[in-house]
Parts: sequence; structure tokens; C-alpha cells
Amino acid sequence: MKLPTFKKGIHPDDQKGFSNQCEITVAEFPTEVWIPLQQHIGAQCEALVKKNDKVLTGQKIGESKAFVSAPVHSSVTGTVKTVDLFPHALGGRVPMVHIKRDAGDEQWALMEPIPDWQNASPELLKKNIRDAGIVGMGGAGFPTHVKLSPPAGKLIDSFILNGVECEPYLTADHRLMLEKPDAMLVGMMIMMRILGVTRGHIGIENNKPDAIEKVRTRIVEMALPITVVPLAVKYPQGAEKMLIQAVLKRQVPAGGLPMDAGVVVNNVGTALAVYEAVCEGKPLIERIVTITGNGIQNPSNLMARIGTPIRHLIQQAGGIKEELAQVFMGGPMMGQAQYNLDVPMIKTTSGIIGTTDFKALSENQTPCIRCGSCVTACPMFLLPTRIARFSELRRWDDAAEYGIMNCIECGSCAFACPSHIPLVQLIRLGKNKVAERARKSAS
Amino acid sequence: MELQTLLISMGSMGGLGALFSAGLAIANKAFYVEEDPRIAQVLDALPGANCGGCGYPGCGNFAENVVKGIAPVNGCPVGSSDTAKEIAEILGVEAAASQKIIARLMCQGGLEESAVKGVYTGIQSCLAAHILNGGDKLCEYGCLGFGDCVKACPFDAIVMGPDRLPIVIEAKCTGCGNCAEVCPRDVIEMHPENHHILVLCKNLDKGKYAGSVCTKVCIACGLCVRGAEPGEVELKNGLAVINYDKFGDKDVLPTDRCPNNCMLVFPSAKSVSQIDA
Repeated sequence: MKLPTFKKGIHPDDQKGFSNQCEITVAEFPTEVWIPLQQHIGAQCEALVKKNDKVLTGQKIGESKAFVSAPVHSSVTGTVKTVDLFPHALGGRVPMVHIKRDAGDEQWALMEPIPDWQNASPELLKKNIRDAGIVGMGGAGFPTHVKLSPPAGKLIDSFILNGVECEPYLTADHRLMLEKPDAMLVGMMIMMRILGVTRGHIGIENNKPDAIEKVRTRIVEMALPITVVPLAVKYPQGAEKMLIQAVLKRQVPAGGLPMDAGVVVNNVGTALAVYEAVCEGKPLIERIVTITGNGIQNPSNLMARIGTPIRHLIQQAGGIKEELAQVFMGGPMMGQAQYNLDVPMIKTTSGIIGTTDFKALSENQTPCIRCGSCVTACPMFLLPTRIARFSELRRWDDAAEYGIMNCIECGSCAFACPSHIPLVQLIRLGKNKVAERARKSAS
Repeated sequence: MELQTLLISMGSMGGLGALFSAGLAIANKAFYVEEDPRIAQVLDALPGANCGGCGYPGCGNFAENVVKGIAPVNGCPVGSSDTAKEIAEILGVEAAASQKIIARLMCQGGLEESAVKGVYTGIQSCLAAHILNGGDKLCEYGCLGFGDCVKACPFDAIVMGPDRLPIVIEAKCTGCGNCAEVCPRDVIEMHPENHHILVLCKNLDKGKYAGSVCTKVCIACGLCVRGAEPGEVELKNGLAVINYDKFGDKDVLPTDRCPNNCMLVFPSAKSVSQIDA
């Protein structure tokens, strides 16, 4: 039977064999952590602690009053060394709380759990989720409580849990579905309760048959109103709009959000975090990170504390091989190359990949041959070749007219381009300028 | 073919031609639009580069607005004071003396001076590099060195130097400001010619960290502030800023002990040698 999927897209080599058989191991605690006050989309947090303060594991150390924001928590028990600017994995230097871990046992500062979540009010559950600092853990980092608060008048009738993990190399979500399916499913039920949705779907790509099997079995055993939807393997299926198309055959209108199609999508990692926050009172201070690639000695899946320098995580995975050429955080398609291994991992760090080839350098750009490969690949039905050209020529208005703001920056066009034109970078540049001009004309 | 056919066609075509030209002649008189002849004269006096440096879409539009009295007589930054004088003569007004404005690169962080954080292989454009994690230099404020300004200059007045810092050729610079407009880091500033002392750094980082990103960085030590008269030089956000209203057109450095030599006297030896080249 032909499995459902979305239209267009690409088929990169999935490279998951490095780490998809490695069980999740708890990473050794680092001696020091750097916790960025900005790990999410939205307003940056204000630090609640200062130099020499003692902090407990799970203690809230940063918060913002803005609705679209999420607090941050200390991931170790220790002493604040400083609150200052440090290099961030997503570029630039942002304020971080630098904490030195105390020797000895960990002391936790837990929140009030809500074991009876079936009967708790959605507002209480949402407040708990916000206080736990939960953000979308698939990579974008959008605060989860905002996603779970659709504006009045928007009818939400479906909930999709995103277990696609379409980025090559990454296996964190795969291992999570295999090893912690119960917690994940409860987390999903909590989110469905908040939204008042009665049916849920879990989208899983068919390159994870063991996860599909495991989750299906657990759903039957727990008797939950949830359907597992196996999907044909294709990138970027994990993007919300593509996943909705694949699972429900619905289209999100251009410029709209999933809720405009009556759907809320959340990552499996987020579901686990929601379970831990609501049922155990544990804020988001750790996550599963895949350390992988042919430049890493022992690829592995680690349960690691937020704020751990990625150098420490790579050491946990046996260190780097001598031929290592490039390290990036996130998946190879949308992740960011890193120049400094001392940057800390954050809530959205799903993987750290070290490779021995430095592809970008060796591939020389040649002129566009008008083959249309990028147009065939673009899952958003855009014309990357035209839009990128407009960007190059600084014709921002034309770029906007051709729908540049609908680009999800998945990288399919650049992947498909036989001329190695940096299409995504050109389009990102254009998006940046178009947004800036829109802001200017609005003010 | 008969002669008659030829004559008829010639006659009818000629008749039509005469009719239409008469119509046009009448229309020319009846619907004549009075245009100030001075607009054409002013347009002739302007450089005609249509660079947009005056703030109007082109020289023609600027000329119209000058004649209407909306734009200032010396509003064209490209034309020298001679241009302003010429326009003033045409309009019969007094031209205010205008200072020549020159683009200045406020950064000395070349390849040798600035610390490098990695290899950047993306699009060779400052804007693209700025958006993507800031190119390969560690400094978040300095010149990226991919030459967006060189490409934007309509007068070929900026060339890329060997140390990946653009050099402004003063003799060619007309002060149109296109380079400052495209620079994503605002590291090019437009300064009147009589600003002889410039602080060539935009880095707002704190002293110790700033020192690690570049050897020509302003660490806001304040020696220049102490060397100058009160109010002439101020420290703002970790950067020495000259207050030209008070500092005036002096061409002597407030201190010769600036640890990183961030202040330079203009016109500098470097830009002059470039003119000769």
C-alpha cells in the first residue's frame, strides 16, 4: 500500500544508522553550565538571579512578562558565577546565566505536579506548562502554551504529534518513541485535553518501523483515542504544514498557521516535557540530544542538561575523530554550523553532528541552468529560482510578490540545485529585508 | 500602373499629412505648457548621475524642486560648491557655502587586526553574511569586507583593499551616501570634510572582550576624553564619540596615547596614496 505523504519535497540520504540503535544514556553532568535567557521564539527573559546566588536544579532563573515567551530554569545545583554575554549556538552573543555546579548531591526545586490532570482545568495545565518553560522541541522553539491557546473563534478539531524526524542523522525522537512511549502518550493526552480535542494522530516516517510498532502497541494497551499514521519517507515532512497535508490531507492557507486548518501540531519531545511538567512537576531542564556523524567516535543519544557546552557532549560520545571538518547543531538541512564548541546546548538542540567532509567549501557555484529542480522540490509551491534571483538583484518588492515570506527555509531547493546556488541563503536574505521594510512602513 | 492611381495616393497621403500637421501646430499653440526655462538650465548644471543622494528620485526631479524653492540650492551632495554656485546664479539667489561630504569607513579591522571565528563560504555579500551569524570575523560591529559598498558606489569611488577593508577615494567620493545606505552594519558614515578627527571603531563590546576581537578596537579607556576639552569627546555605550559641535574642525588628536590607535587624522596618508594610484 502506498503510504501517505505531502506533495513535492526531496529524498536525502537519512544517515540514521549511526545512532538509531543506541539507547538513550544519561550524560555525565558538566561542571559548569551556561543557560541562555533566550532559547525560544519571543521575548527574551530577564535574569532572576545574580552573581554568587545559590540555585537548585529546576529553579526558575529567567522570566519574561510577555505572553510569547518561556521562562528558563537552572539545570544544575550550584552557584551563579555571572550573568553576561556569551556566544550562542544560533549566532551572536546573548545574555546567559553561568552556573558552576556544586560537588555533592543534586537538590531539586520542583513545581507543584497535577497528577489528576484529567479533571484539572485547561488554564491550570497551561500555566503549569508555561512555568515549566516548555517550548517546541523539534527545533523552532515556539512557546508551547501559546500553541495551546488558540484565539477564540478558531475551531481546533485535530491534534497531531510529530514523530517524523525527517532531518537526516537525528534519532533523538526515534529513541524517545521507543523508550518512553507511555510518558509521551500521556503528555499528548494532556495537550489534547487542554485543546478539547478528542482524536489525535501521531505521524511517524516509515524508516522507524520499530517505533511505529511500539507506539501502536502501547496505544492499544492503554486504550487511547490516538491513531498512528505511518508516512512515506520524505523531507521536510516534519514541517508542520507538510505534516498536516500528509496526515489529514488538509492545506494550511498561505501565510496562515496550522490552527487556521483546525490543527495543532507538537513534537514528541514536547509531549514528554509536558508529561514531566504536569505529572512530575519537573521543568524543562534536560532533553535528548543525538551526537552523531562520521566525525564522532561513538555516536549516541544522550539525555543531557540544558546549558551543557557541546564540547562536553561530544566528549561523552567518545570525542571527535581527527579528520573532523565541521560541526553543526540541529539537523544537516536546517541546522547551524558552529565555530565554537563552547556554546551551550539549548531547549531546541535535537542533535550535534560532526562530519569529516566540508561540502560547502568544495562545491563551486555555477550559473542557473533553468532546470526547475528547485521548483519541483519546493514543498511550499514557490519558485525558488526566481525569488532567489530577485533577492540577488535587491528587488525586494518583486520577491514579496512571488511569496518569499511563505518560504519555510527547509533547504530542499538548495539541496536539489545541480548548480549549487545558495538558494536558501539568498531567500533568507530577501525575507529579512522584506520583513524589515514591512516593519518600517508599518511604523 | 496608371499615373492617375499614383497621383491619387500621393495626393491623399499628402493631404492627410498636411491636415494632421496643421492639427499638431494648433495643439502646440493652444495646449502649450509653460515650463520654467530655469529647470532645464539647472538640470544642465547638475552632474546627471541620477544617484539619488539628494533624496529625490533623480536629477530632473531635484532640478524641479530647486526651482520651486523646495530643495536647497546646495542640496546636491555630488556636485561641488561650483555646482551650487552655478544653480544659485541661475536662480539669482545666494548660495550657502556647502561642505563637501565624504564617506568614511569607521573600522580598521582588516585581516590582520580582527580575530577570525571560522570559515565563511556562503554568498560573498555583507548583507548575507551579516544575517548568517555575521561572516567570519569575530567582531559583531565591524566591517565584513565583502564589498557591498564597492558594488553600490555609482562613482567607482570605493575599492576593496588588500586587507579586505574598502578604501574610499576621496577625490572621487561625491557624498551621495549609497554606500552608507547598503552597509548592513552601518560602518560607513557620511562626514563633512572638516571632520578631521574620526574615531574609527563601532564596537560596543566591553573592554576586555573587545580587546580579544580586534587589535584596533576602541575599549573606551577614556584617554581621549581626558586629553580633550570637556564635552568635546564623550564615552557612549563603550565607545568614544566626538561631539563635532564643540570639537569643530581641529586636526590634532586629543591624545597621542590611544592604546589601539582608533583615532586618525583625515585626510589620511592612506586615502591620499590611493588617489595617486
